[in-house]
Amino acid sequence: MTDQLHKPRGVGLFDLRWILALLFAVYGVVLTVMGAAFTSQADLDRAAGTNVNLWVGIGMLIGAAAFATWSLLRPIRLRPAAPPGPGPGRD
Amino acid sequence: MNALATASLRLDAGPVDYALLLVYFALVLGIGTLARRSVSSSLDFFLSGRSLPAWVTGLAFISANLGAVEIFGMTANGAQFGIPTVHYYWIGAIPAMVFLGLVMMPFYYGSQVRSVPEFLLRRFGRFAHLVNGISFALAQVLIAGVNLYALATVVNLLLGWPLWVSIVVAAVIVLAYTSLGGLSAAVYNEVMQFFVIVAMLVPITLVGLHKAGGWNGLTHRIMAANTDASEQLHAWPGSNLTGIANATLSVLGIVFGLGFVLSFGYWTTNFAEVQRALAARNMSAARRTPLIGAYPKALIALVIVIPGMLAAVLSPELAAYKASGGTLANGVTYNNAIELLIRDLLPNGMLGVAITGLLAAFMAGMAANVSSFNTVFTYDIWQTYVVRDRPDAYYLRVGRLTTALGCVIAIGTAFIASGYNNIMDYLQTLFSFFNAPLFATFILGMFWKRMTPMAGGVGLIVGTASAVTVDQLNRHGVLHMSGQGPSFVAASAAFVMDIAVSVAVSLRTAPKPDSELVGLVWSLTPRDTLKSTRLAEDYGWYRKPVVLGSGALALAVVLDIIFW
Repeated sequence: MTDQLHKPRGVGLFDLRWILALLFAVYGVVLTVMGAAFTSQADLDRAAGTNVNLWVGIGMLIGAAAFATWSLLRPIRLRPAAPPGPGPGRD
Repeated sequence: MNALATASLRLDAGPVDYALLLVYFALVLGIGTLARRSVSSSLDFFLSGRSLPAWVTGLAFISANLGAVEIFGMTANGAQFGIPTVHYYWIGAIPAMVFLGLVMMPFYYGSQVRSVPEFLLRRFGRFAHLVNGISFALAQVLIAGVNLYALATVVNLLLGWPLWVSIVVAAVIVLAYTSLGGLSAAVYNEVMQFFVIVAMLVPITLVGLHKAGGWNGLTHRIMAANTDASEQLHAWPGSNLTGIANATLSVLGIVFGLGFVLSFGYWTTNFAEVQRALAARNMSAARRTPLIGAYPKALIALVIVIPGMLAAVLSPELAAYKASGGTLANGVTYNNAIELLIRDLLPNGMLGVAITGLLAAFMAGMAANVSSFNTVFTYDIWQTYVVRDRPDAYYLRVGRLTTALGCVIAIGTAFIASGYNNIMDYLQTLFSFFNAPLFATFILGMFWKRMTPMAGGVGLIVGTASAVTVDQLNRHGVLHMSGQGPSFVAASAAFVMDIAVSVAVSLRTAPKPDSELVGLVWSLTPRDTLKSTRLAEDYGWYRKPVVLGSGALALAVVLDIIFW
């Protein structure tokens, strides 16, 4: 019932998923490098032997890849004036 | 909370941590600037042009609530009370969010109102509208001040800046992105903040559990350190949380006071959250907003309550504080639980992510308050009562100005908040004052067409007065309750009194004609108008609101049984 309110331009023009992918890619790279190259024994000791940066960094890289894949598989479509065709939309 | 400033809690942040923080803020301001391009009307500014997809509004819905109160307050509750804290999620939030999505959202979204007070205007007319509009605007700037103050204490702790500088700088950043991009910027940042918070809480929980020797290690340490360990390790009856010794009454207090009145009142009528659903692109997405939010909300309890419990055994300072029964003055309180874990567990790098997460949570909380304040002030107070019938561009400008005004007032209320020792209890009390009576009025007004405009206004005033009375009686020692019990009882009293008075007044005053209540009252609303015109992407059995809602309830029940 609100469809008449939608104009073809969308506020969702810039895709939040790409921003999230970017954020976690940057964070993931930084943390992975920190974990792999700059982890001191004191860092390991305070987390009872776990290399926190390395594991979280790898997790964030996977997360970034997941957001990027999602955006690629289901890109935002601007709402056309005519009823949209079947198939996945943005969600 | 001024004890936060002591050196023992200073986080040892390095250049990497600051770099990660800067990356985040660059993105936040970038989103504000990008979102500005798509703001061309007041509806764009206040409700994102009603165009957001359900997963975005769903995450923003819980993110708007995941601010200072949530992170500090619930980890503090976890440290102090243990597992019973989960009731705030599985008894409190989840059923209320499902109810909002299934029952109430069709009325909100279907009637095309732009705010919760505006719904009251349509249903009850000006008296109830004005009462609620003013009390809501007041409550939002007070709570924004609390968020701002909590944010400033973290900046103060981290950078060593004076508290007032931290408060002003934080307010300027929130102002920058909310006044640029309106609700879109606030909502997009809330979603981003949600993921950063999760990226902070999950590693803390896992590393903390690893360090404590797993779940068994944690429970053994709690049993060794506490005489009431069994209460802390079982969700029911939760006597330590409610402060009600009798098990049956304690369960009643949790289910009726916390679960029904306080949480239903909070989640279904608090515009800061409901606004996120109103920004959804259609009815189907609006109904799914709280339902989608319910799943992460149910699970996030685990990574908030467990870290609280971990902090109380892993941090020697907090363990000593807890062993003393909360009387030891060693510079920490339960409110510091999460900061102690961050300081003790995380290396540089991950530390930066955690600091970013905390700052983001407080900013998002404040942005939610400010962006709902500017909407209610502009539409419900300014446009309705002060300056009417101007072009839309005028109200867009008022909205931007009000955002600035909200931030300035929040700076003032932040200094008020800094004078309180126990902010979390104070906030729970505020919710019982404002949200519980509002919920009673809503529920009665939606299902009883006879309820009159006069009853709407009087009910709200009497309900709030009842909650204030209970609070005052307890404060002055007439009633004897501790823990979070008083706010549960105050909320229940407000609910019962509101209903009783509304019924009594309705029977003596004239109701609105049925024709004016279509779309606002259940029995007068044709069933089809409550359904959405669905788009192709809204089909699929897993997107049906009933399926989503039942799934969320089932998840809460399973989790509750596991932690029984």
